[in-house]
Amino acid sequence: MSRQKQTPMRQQNPQIRIHNFDEVPLGYSEEEAMIEAERCLQCPTAPCVQGCPVSVDIPRFIEHIKNRRFSEAIATIKETNSLPAVCGRVCPQESQCQGVCTLGIRFEPVAIGKLERFCADWEAQHGGATHQVLPTKEQHVAVIGAGPSGLTAAGDLRKKGYQVTMFELFHVAGGVLMYGIPEFRLPKEIVQREISALKAMGVKIELNKVVGQLYTVDDLMSQGYDAVFIGTGAGLPRFLGIPGENLNGVYTANEFLTRTNLMRAFLFPEYDTPIKVGKRVITVGGGNVAMDSARTALRLGAEESIIVYRRSEQELPARAEEVEHAKEEGVKFQLLTNPVRFVEKDGAIAGAECIRMELGEPDESGRRRPVPIEGSEFVIDADTVVIAIGNGPHPLVPRTTPGLDLTRRGNIVADPDTGQTSREGVFAGGDIVTGAATVIQAMGAGKRAAVAIDHYLQEKRAGKE
Amino acid sequence: MYKILSKRTLGPQIREYIVEAPEIARVAKSGQFIVLRLHERGERVPLTIVDADTRTGGVTIVVQEVGKSTREMGDHFAAGDDILDFVGPLGVPSEIENYGTVICVGGGLGIAPLYPITRDLKKAGNTVIGIIGARNKDLLFYIDQMDSVCDELIVMTDDGSNGNKGFVSNPLHDIIASDREVNRVWAIGPGIMMKVACNVTREFSVPTVVSLNSIMIDGTGMCGGCRVEVGGEAKFACVDGPEFDGHKVNFDLLMSRQRFYHEEESCALERYLASEKKEEGALV
Ligand SMILES: Cc1cc2nc3c(=O)[nH]c(=O)nc-3n(C[C@H](O)[C@H](O)[C@H](O)COP(=O)(O)OP(=O)(O)OC[C@H]3O[C@@H](n4cnc5c(N)ncnc54)[C@H](O)[C@@H]3O)c2cc1C
Ligand SMILES: Cc1cc2nc3c(=O)[nH]c(=O)nc-3n(C[C@H](O)[C@H](O)[C@H](O)COP(=O)(O)OP(=O)(O)OC[C@H]3O[C@@H](n4cnc5c(N)ncnc54)[C@H](O)[C@@H]3O)c2cc1C
Ligand code: SF4
Ligand code: SF4
Ligand code: FES
Repeated sequence: MSRQKQTPMRQQNPQIRIHNFDEVPLGYSEEEAMIEAERCLQCPTAPCVQGCPVSVDIPRFIEHIKNRRFSEAIATIKETNSLPAVCGRVCPQESQCQGVCTLGIRFEPVAIGKLERFCADWEAQHGGATHQVLPTKEQHVAVIGAGPSGLTAAGDLRKKGYQVTMFELFHVAGGVLMYGIPEFRLPKEIVQREISALKAMGVKIELNKVVGQLYTVDDLMSQGYDAVFIGTGAGLPRFLGIPGENLNGVYTANEFLTRTNLMRAFLFPEYDTPIKVGKRVITVGGGNVAMDSARTALRLGAEESIIVYRRSEQELPARAEEVEHAKEEGVKFQLLTNPVRFVEKDGAIAGAECIRMELGEPDESGRRRPVPIEGSEFVIDADTVVIAIGNGPHPLVPRTTPGLDLTRRGNIVADPDTGQTSREGVFAGGDIVTGAATVIQAMGAGKRAAVAIDHYLQEKRAGKE
Repeated sequence: MYKILSKRTLGPQIREYIVEAPEIARVAKSGQFIVLRLHERGERVPLTIVDADTRTGGVTIVVQEVGKSTREMGDHFAAGDDILDFVGPLGVPSEIENYGTVICVGGGLGIAPLYPITRDLKKAGNTVIGIIGARNKDLLFYIDQMDSVCDELIVMTDDGSNGNKGFVSNPLHDIIASDREVNRVWAIGPGIMMKVACNVTREFSVPTVVSLNSIMIDGTGMCGGCRVEVGGEAKFACVDGPEFDGHKVNFDLLMSRQRFYHEEESCALERYLASEKKEEGALV
């Protein structure tokens, strides 16, 4: 065991993995996990726990691993986190639990995420305990959107005995975990395993149901649902608003990733949905979505995949591991650069005219504002462009629910501690409230809302008696 | 799973299906569409809701078999079979009002989506003139249905094999140019037909509604793949439309975006037809 350095996790060779969609990191063996667990200092104050949005008891689960008590370890995690196989893989640990790990002050922090993933995978292999569900209550909750926030709220409410029906517009549940985050980072089988567990608990999932079109929140209330949770996410793609954005070959990241992940376009023509990727692909943006798109482009056959981002490397909002993996795979970074216009040839995209940027004074986000350098325009040739500059709130439910207070940007206004909205009996959480954030934050919101909905329904029941 | 209640052939490679989807049937309005996925490997195919029966729960769609998915549907999906996914109603309903005199123009498969709108416009009290057309008489369908909801119906074929010879835009121009007052036009069909129709009505400043069939995936505003340019602005055909003010639509962009996957679509179709042949061979 080395105090200084994390136990490395084996991963697929970059030269090989850019030709497949299999998961990149391969997981710890029991021995590797135990070696990594040794590194934990078992700090009495456990700052790591405060860094975790759902307060996983990190030192305790790590201690269990150290002592080869793997089933106790996973049980500990599951006390507060219902999707450890997902979070262990996709949490931005460096800015959450691992970011405040004591060991990290001098050395590399404990690989908390990797250990969490290990426990979840171990359980999947060895068969886990089934969830306890309280006797079924009369009251019925509708959960709109089957992303991490909705799934968490549904699971917690079901455990408390409520009847829960989820409404999801896509033909599969999982939200961004299914249509956004690629297979090579989060195998879809893992997501579906978690969803099967929910169904086994008795959560009903109604797929292909678009709330706002088929029925509104008010319709659901009058159909007899006692409370509604809205977890419809940030699904509305943003555009740069520059000329040429509607050319053939310019994709939003949502379209690019949905075709690939949800519709399995990487298996075309075995699967019916096509996708078209040229030799040179530009992805605009610097977050997880951009890294996912740029890495997906390589796997779809692009010879060159270039990230164009208007700030510098330091400000890249993506998870550190993603940036590192992207670099290993040969994704190029054109930093401090912003497209101003897309270049057309024969009705299709031929490149992006960009302008170089420099960093000026800090803006409201605290990051230094990028300022264009006049006269520095240059063209990057490309035959595919992916725009990954963020998503706004999915508008269908907010638009069709009268009396629901919204922010200026169209997000639902909800109490951060309870998810309570301006409408009685209507709760909301996840990206639809906060704007695009993280899986674990969305889950945290779902958890808190489940507690609040339980209180609300208990009071409602007491009021009736 | 959504059961096919009935299937009927309307013409060469044009078929009408009634699919059991009672929740959708209850709320569907003219101008809206559904998205279906035939099976686990299928793509999401948007199709207009042509009729909905609250009593039987049946939703009627008319499908023109133009590529792999629609061919496969025609070849392998019969009454009694199940469609895996069927989502709707999507899109904004048509704005049905009493405008006065309305001309409803339908080209080719566009006659199917046009029919419920025409019916509702008639119900709302409009004087409705229908103009429907196709390349030849075999490709024409719903003549009787349209006739029953129009005050006057004009039938056109490119080759004159049924009705008058010529394009639907010809009588449209003649009526508008005559001294009859026309308050609004609906034009639904291939991009080029809608473009020409809009050029005719623009000249006489008659407001014209078109229905845009851009390539879609989710159909709920999440991918942006269906974006079209209307009045110089990007709009999503699935949630802002599919109906738009035809005088503001950039049809050239629409048509160019529709062709984007041409190569892949041809490859999928060829592969499908080859596998069909093999199967036929095996049966013989
Ligand atoms: C490509 C990509 C990569 C990401 N990578 C990471 C990462 O590495 N780590 C991380 O922590 N976070 C990551 N995120 C962010 C994270 O995925 C989101 O913050 C999280 O999924 C939000 O969860 P949610 O439940 O609020 O919404 P979503 O996951 O968006 O789920 C919302 C669900 O609601 C459904 N829905 C919407 N409207 C309706 C309606 N009207 N009727 C019925 N259903 C509806 C949607 O179809 C969807 O299934 C990433 C996001 C993307 C897009
Ligand atoms: C709102 C809307 C309503 C529609 N209503 C009807 C209808 O009532 N009846 C009908 O027959 N067709 C309708 N269409 C068109 C229909 O969706 C396509 O013909 C179908 O998807 C073709 O699939 P395919 O695999 O058989 O052919 P493909 O090989 O995929 O394509 C053949 C042709 O269809 C176009 N096309 C392909 N995919 C789509 C797509 N997802 N959306 C739109 N066009 C596409 C292509 O540009 C190409 O010209 C509608 C489309 C939209 C957007
Ligand atoms: S859920 Fe995320 S933040 Fe919390 S311990 Fe696990 S990896 Fe860290
Ligand atoms: S802060 Fe780091 S070292 Fe301390 S208990 Fe948490 S994981 Fe272990
Ligand atoms: S089809 Fe995806 S946004 Fe319209």
